[in-house]
Amino acid sequence: MSLRVVSSTVLVNQFMQEIPDLQHPVAAAADQSTHQPPAETPSARRRLSRIKERFIEALLFLAAFSSVAITVGIVGTLVFESSTFFAHVSLREFLTAPLWTPLFSPPRFGIMPLVMGTLVTTAVALAVALPIGTVVAIYLSEFAPAPVREVIKPVLELLSAVPTVVYGYFALQFMSPLLQKIFPGLPTFNMLSAGVVMGIMIIPYVSSLSEDAMRAVPMSLREGAYAMGANRIITAIRVVYPAALSGIVASYILAISRAIGETMIVAIAAGMQPNFTFDPREPAATITAFIVQVSLGDLPHGSIGYQSIFAAGVTLFIMTLVFNIIGYILRKRFREVY
Amino acid sequence: MSDFKHIIAKRKRQDFIFNIVGILCTLVGILTLGALLADLLIDGLVRINWTFLTSFPSRFAERAGILSSWVGTLLIMVVTASTAVPLGVAAGIYLEEYARRNWLTNLIEINIANLAGVPSIIYGLMALSLLVYQFRLGQTVLAGGLTLAFLILPIVIVATREALRTIPQGIREAAYALGSTKWQVVRHHLLPYSLGGTMTGIIIALSRAIGETAPLITIGALTFIAFLPPAPVKGEAPFVSFEWLTSPFSVLPIQMFNWVSRPDQDFVVNAAGAGLVLIFVTLLLNAIAIMIRYRVRKRIKW
Repeated sequence: MSLRVVSSTVLVNQFMQEIPDLQHPVAAAADQSTHQPPAETPSARRRLSRIKERFIEALLFLAAFSSVAITVGIVGTLVFESSTFFAHVSLREFLTAPLWTPLFSPPRFGIMPLVMGTLVTTAVALAVALPIGTVVAIYLSEFAPAPVREVIKPVLELLSAVPTVVYGYFALQFMSPLLQKIFPGLPTFNMLSAGVVMGIMIIPYVSSLSEDAMRAVPMSLREGAYAMGANRIITAIRVVYPAALSGIVASYILAISRAIGETMIVAIAAGMQPNFTFDPREPAATITAFIVQVSLGDLPHGSIGYQSIFAAGVTLFIMTLVFNIIGYILRKRFREVY
Repeated sequence: MSDFKHIIAKRKRQDFIFNIVGILCTLVGILTLGALLADLLIDGLVRINWTFLTSFPSRFAERAGILSSWVGTLLIMVVTASTAVPLGVAAGIYLEEYARRNWLTNLIEINIANLAGVPSIIYGLMALSLLVYQFRLGQTVLAGGLTLAFLILPIVIVATREALRTIPQGIREAAYALGSTKWQVVRHHLLPYSLGGTMTGIIIALSRAIGETAPLITIGALTFIAFLPPAPVKGEAPFVSFEWLTSPFSVLPIQMFNWVSRPDQDFVVNAAGAGLVLIFVTLLLNAIAIMIRYRVRKRIKW
């Protein structure tokens, strides 16, 4: 909201508050002349309407505040449920043990194999989504004719509308066999095909937001570059891209946090076994896939399996929270510049 | 002189090459979408028939259908929409029209931006602990619907705010000048004018909720269910029943997940069939949303 907007609403509010004082004598005079019952006087009606206004504002505020309640609910339950987990398992075991087998005996509670699975699939997805998404954004913002852009953008956004379980099917039934032709010996369940499909899914997050950021760069910057003899691609890379950088990086960060939290693609196509490896051609469970796997079984409330999914959830939440906060700061800065 | 020509030719070539690269990269996305649809159609089209839509899941792939899961999806969506839409629109109106610039408003805004980035499975964990066990809702349609409502709330709020922001300030000032109260301005002017934008956002949010799988698995939705929840309409008075809210459920994406993770190829065909239904509904909703957005943009010129 701009400053002008704020000041005009404030003015109107002040004006409306002054009305009853201005009109009160008139209303009183009207009372005396017509002997109407006081409940129907304009000032009483106005008082009633002001109570109604207050009431509505309070309701609307409660609705807005409910989002804070949801966050409190999320953080509260994660902390509460995982605190019973960490009463059994030391933080040291959690962070350094090389195995994650909470449902076996003897159970081991090292989260790192799951974190590795998440990081490897995320890295594969980003290796696909960031270059392609950036090139698409530059193409749409600087090269494509307006009608092409108007058609391509919504079509690309459909990529992020496809349900993730359908992508999981696609990764397992289409991408895995396809990649097996390139890498013979690739197992059916592998992090590579899950990561590639996940990367394609998040292309629109990168391309749409980056394109918005690049189009917000003032035309005069481009004109300056053209006047110096630069062509379109040099202008795009040397002038527009740096000028829109904070918006573009914010879109990258959104893509990272999507990839970390993505569940169904990896649960279907990347395998369900925790596996400490850097090799994307191997199968491995991610944090999210583990939560799904445990939830599918019958899970007694309060059991160690039940607590372990909350411990995994806390890890996931902290990982995405860090990226979300960085992204929010960058978006804020990006909005202030232009 | 020939130097200049050389440089100009070189730069034009650079532009041309990038143009090709850009088109190729764009095609990666579009071709994948095409391959995805083609793959589902080739595998699953044979399963799309009336029996598939009206049968319960079964141990035998050929007899299995998606009746209980699409009914589940429909009921969950009723709960989700009737919670998230009023709450989200109200919150959007408050933040855009009422909120003063103070720390509380800032807190709510940062919070909404952050909620939009929380992975969906975390909402499932929250709902499992809070709704299913603390509030004792159990693993029911009500708990599932509320979970998805929380999940799409930020999308609805952001869409409402953006729609309100496009309305020129002059409209508000004109209404105030005629003595309208704030709520009258909102009720009679801002809500109707922003309806198109808000509807677009709501439809997109619902299409996202229909495809959500992970949070519902987390709260314990069933993967095999061979009965329907009690009907919401009854023969005798009071004619409506809310018993279905407390019924266990399955949804389309969970049914698909269940089939796709079986080794038997016949069930994979079923998964493709369920996927086709799912993707048809999502794309249809998105098409409607795009159409509304297009018509609103064309009709309204402030």
